[in-house]
Amino acid sequence: MTDWRKQRTARDERIAAGRAHASGKVVRHEAVVELLEAVLRPGDRVCLEGDNQKQADCLARGLGACDPGKVHDLHMVQSGIVLPEHLDVFETGIARRLDYSYSGPQGARIAKMLYGGQIELGAVHTYLELFARYFIDLTPNVALIAGVSADRAGNLYTGPNTEDTPTVVEATAFKNGVVIAQVNQIVDTVPRVDIPGDRIDFVVEADKPFYVEPLFTRDPAAVTETQILMAMMAIKGIYAEYGIRRLNHGIGFGTAAIELLLPTFAEKLGLKGKIATNWALNPHPTLIPAIESGFVEQVHCFGSEVGMDRYIAARPDIFFTGADGSLRSNRAFCQTAGLYACDLFIGSTLQIDLQGHSSTVTTNRVAGFGGAPNMGSDPHGRRHPSDTWMKAGREAGGTGDPALRRGRKLVVQLVETFGDGLVPAFVEHLDALELAKKIGLELAPVMVYADDVTHIVTEEGIANLLLCRDADEREQAIRGVAGYTEVGRGRDRAKVEALRARGIVRRPEDLGIEPLDADRSLLAARSIKDLVHWSGGLYEPPARFRNW
Amino acid sequence: MESFTFRHTTQKPLAGTKAQAITGVVASGNLEVLLERVLPADQCTIEIATPVVGYGDVWEAVAADFVARTQPGGLRIAINDGGARPDTVSLRLAQGARLMEGGR
Repeated sequence: MTDWRKQRTARDERIAAGRAHASGKVVRHEAVVELLEAVLRPGDRVCLEGDNQKQADCLARGLGACDPGKVHDLHMVQSGIVLPEHLDVFETGIARRLDYSYSGPQGARIAKMLYGGQIELGAVHTYLELFARYFIDLTPNVALIAGVSADRAGNLYTGPNTEDTPTVVEATAFKNGVVIAQVNQIVDTVPRVDIPGDRIDFVVEADKPFYVEPLFTRDPAAVTETQILMAMMAIKGIYAEYGIRRLNHGIGFGTAAIELLLPTFAEKLGLKGKIATNWALNPHPTLIPAIESGFVEQVHCFGSEVGMDRYIAARPDIFFTGADGSLRSNRAFCQTAGLYACDLFIGSTLQIDLQGHSSTVTTNRVAGFGGAPNMGSDPHGRRHPSDTWMKAGREAGGTGDPALRRGRKLVVQLVETFGDGLVPAFVEHLDALELAKKIGLELAPVMVYADDVTHIVTEEGIANLLLCRDADEREQAIRGVAGYTEVGRGRDRAKVEALRARGIVRRPEDLGIEPLDADRSLLAARSIKDLVHWSGGLYEPPARFRNW
Repeated sequence: MESFTFRHTTQKPLAGTKAQAITGVVASGNLEVLLERVLPADQCTIEIATPVVGYGDVWEAVAADFVARTQPGGLRIAINDGGARPDTVSLRLAQGARLMEGGR
């Protein structure tokens, strides 16, 4: 007779073994290693929660301290490779295989380890893609997650950085997996229940609060005149023209400049209420002036940001908050919102080629994808119209009955022609191709594919790729905004002027923008301290951003 | 350290009567531009001193575009570069010309 409960039986055994090191569900942090050695089996698929912000660091240290004789050959399936411990386990043999999304801070080391064969790589995913696979073919056996507090029954309060937790727990707990949560504190009653206790098997009171990274704070003091000029062009040439109300921003200084120009430049253009009202965005401190000026109607967040808690709690009309008053974020839902319910994604990149493919990979770094490829892609599953989406669809052309022509999402690359150290952003060939060859990837890691990009904005102007009708026009439009890079200087001047006459390439003067007006006095806030003032003292910047 | 001098003929003199102006600072990624109205009305020279080696053709292109766009006849322009990017150079040159015209 077929045994239909093998996984359930294995789960019961793991939990029974773990209980020896627990009092009820509660485990002292000194017993983490014993707990993990009791629960884990060689070859297990394990999600060690590493988000953008919140890190299960106590459990990561515990996993790293396990005996590789007992715990080995794990298959790590987690969105973020953020902490050194996330890679240490591959050096000791505790882990062998990896499927992940984002490795920003560990990008250089992961490239080295992939090249050296220490990591057996499944694939680099987008967030949604990895989450999707949790439910199909990468379901974790054990999830090691992080929260702010829990009660003795395991009811979990994640705090404002809920992020990946509900998705990870859903996939693990309901498919015979074991969920272990580290919390900063065990309490009698949690402020709100983000994860019900019957999905949590063990709760570890961590030796210190989990690590949180302030990834989304951009100091207005570092915004340059070039970035201001580009932000003016984006607002006037794209936001205003397409009437963009629903959007997602990347995390660079260029988009921070746009946020800081909404209450000044955009307000003077009469755009309040007409653009940038509904957002899929982390709570960027640089959005505070636009919120306070009445530009913003609502913001749904992937995760939170350090220092924004009091401000968010005081603005429940803008943010999604729980009964306790604090932010409720959710990466899977917000990524879905960014994919299907936003009309524009705008972000930066490191390299763009002559077709418009872009990548943040350089030959020595594998930074991963995170969410940009989902937000920065045209979702073919979309069916609801909006004026913005329909206008972009018309510009993209096509034939046949208009009622059968889909719209287009606007995917805008906002790039300065030269990056740090005079490295050109426009290239003939992406470094990603060389890297793929070097470490044997079947697909080159492309952030945004050429057929999804609709506009490129540089300090030289805007290239509207929707209006290009063939590959040559597209290449010349890209060269036409590539400034003094080799790609830019390689342009056919006559062709670029012809594209300009058709509005495919637009210069600041074509948009009625005087480059000499691009001045820092246009920024609604010129320092972190200004942001604190705008927030009425509610924003509490982390120490490293306090310089007064 | 590298230095270049580019000499251009212009179709007209730069407007205004201001004899001299300076803009920008020599800081990392920035540059200082000194403009003096000392040349014949159809002449412009741009002298560049830069710590970044190997970008002569980019400087030449930036200078040529600036002259074509602004027609800065009569100006001798000296640039002290701190490793500025070409777009910053263009912006500072335009700001300098604006100062010499007597604007802002």
